[in-house]
Amino acid sequence: MNTTIMLFLVQDGITNGAIYALLGLALVLVFAVTRVILIPQGEFVTFGALTYATLSAGNMPGTAQLAVAMGVVAFGLDLFGGRRSLHLRLVARAFAINILLPVAIYALTYWFAGKNTPIAVNIALSLLIVAAIGLFLYRLVFQPLAHTSVLVLLIASVGAHLALQGLGLVFFGAEGQRGPTISDAAFMVGPLRFTGQSIAVYAITIAFIVGLWLFFGLTLYGKALRATAVNRLGARLVGIRTTLSGQIAFLLASVIGALSGILIVPITTLYYDTGFLIGLKGFIAAIIGGLVSYPLTAVAALVVGTVEAFSSFYASNFKEVIVFTLILPVLVLRSLAAPEVEEEKD
Amino acid sequence: MSALLKVTDAHVAYGKVEAVRAVSLEVADNEIVTIIGANGAGKTTLLNAIMGILPLTGGVAFAGRDMLQLEIEDRVAAGLSLVPEHRELFGTMNVEDNLQLGAFRIAKAVAARSFERVYTLFPRLKERRKQLAGTLSGGEQQMLAMGRALMGAPKLLMLDEPSLGLAPIIVADIFRTIGELRAAGVSVLLVEQNAQAALKIADRAYVMELGEFILNGPAAEIATNQRVAASYLGFTHESESRI
Repeated sequence: MNTTIMLFLVQDGITNGAIYALLGLALVLVFAVTRVILIPQGEFVTFGALTYATLSAGNMPGTAQLAVAMGVVAFGLDLFGGRRSLHLRLVARAFAINILLPVAIYALTYWFAGKNTPIAVNIALSLLIVAAIGLFLYRLVFQPLAHTSVLVLLIASVGAHLALQGLGLVFFGAEGQRGPTISDAAFMVGPLRFTGQSIAVYAITIAFIVGLWLFFGLTLYGKALRATAVNRLGARLVGIRTTLSGQIAFLLASVIGALSGILIVPITTLYYDTGFLIGLKGFIAAIIGGLVSYPLTAVAALVVGTVEAFSSFYASNFKEVIVFTLILPVLVLRSLAAPEVEEEKD
Repeated sequence: MSALLKVTDAHVAYGKVEAVRAVSLEVADNEIVTIIGANGAGKTTLLNAIMGILPLTGGVAFAGRDMLQLEIEDRVAAGLSLVPEHRELFGTMNVEDNLQLGAFRIAKAVAARSFERVYTLFPRLKERRKQLAGTLSGGEQQMLAMGRALMGAPKLLMLDEPSLGLAPIIVADIFRTIGELRAAGVSVLLVEQNAQAALKIADRAYVMELGEFILNGPAAEIATNQRVAASYLGFTHESESRI
């Protein structure tokens, strides 16, 4: 193999790895705060990507309707949950978040769809729609189960994944789609060709990691999220609502997922079920990071991306097999290091 | 005096085992009340149930409001605060962040004053403010747990075994601070195995045995009660009179 090919593969690996890093970080965050292993993360990727592609093609995405429908159900749940003490303020708040917010997003999407909207508007709309879906997914599926075990949450997570994937097929059809690139610029560094899109992937990944770091290090809500992850009872005792932390975590995860999708859909053709495989690679990185370590997850994601690039060059049929095999030695090592696994009491 | 906290006929059960039976208790404004009793008497269970961590049947009213249906977070918002036995600090975050989160529900301007107050009560915390909570000594962790609870400006502070596992000199320090809280307008409900120290600073006391209150009254009276002296203070009045 010559150096040029190797450099190509490394470049490709790092571009993909950056996306996996974003997804892996979101998985670690959600697990730390809510104990949910977020399998529907892949659907956030698909929904973000295909919503963006649909909008770019001038059509109205079905996900906007899904957000409204989920909001209506969430509103019902909020009213039912608070039925013992229904203040006007509570109802107004539930109405604003569950009904007004998704309807406003739907109206905006309807207004912009079909016109020759700039790429930035389409990206913003796609992020808004998927963010709302993420928020309501927590409200509908995971908030009512917040007190249950990790296993129950995992099963609910699988269920949510299957349901959303089915809805994805309804909304976007079985055909693959591609979206327009953020930038068509390209330049050469030695033998390597850097496209505007790949630069955007690096820049946005780095910006997001820095942004998350600032959010967790400096803001009160960021600290509250960390506190919930470190000690759930302690957080409740200072008045941090578990549901609030869960909502913020899911909001961040859905935005990260959708953004990843929007970044890759100009590079790869995405189908309604592609997100699952992409999410799984973020999951491998998160597992290598032990579902707790952010830096380890980010590094592992780059390794996963690179291994994937090399294996698709040498043995493309076994690409996925090789990537997913990475998880085995890690699990063996981890199980040797920590022989006792206790179900947390909580 | 009106009752700030009023618990009536409270029962707490772990499955079929009743750990607390038919307990009633009151804490008035600006009062320090202690619950003493042996290990396993149900003291911690009772505090956790008052806070909403464990389900309780009976009545819990605080500042005139029924607390029974409220979540932990809403009880915190009402002005009830618990420093639990295991302290439940945010170990991987520094002292300052732990305190700041204690004021999570409080307006920023008020929180600034709370910082002042806590640092005055516990100067040690100010020295250690950039240190991770998990690396503090036991006594400092207890101070931080109390400081974090005080940051939320509670009306009633419930302390679960604040002296557990601490050196005597630190214990004295902590108890002195608890005494000072009254001046700051905070009522205290103190659960302690160190009955001697608790009775010294408390106004009133309840004695708990096997999930029930067997005695209650002014702390000074409880301290001279023969049965209490024999069981919890480590001496009998006969031996005392011989001296």
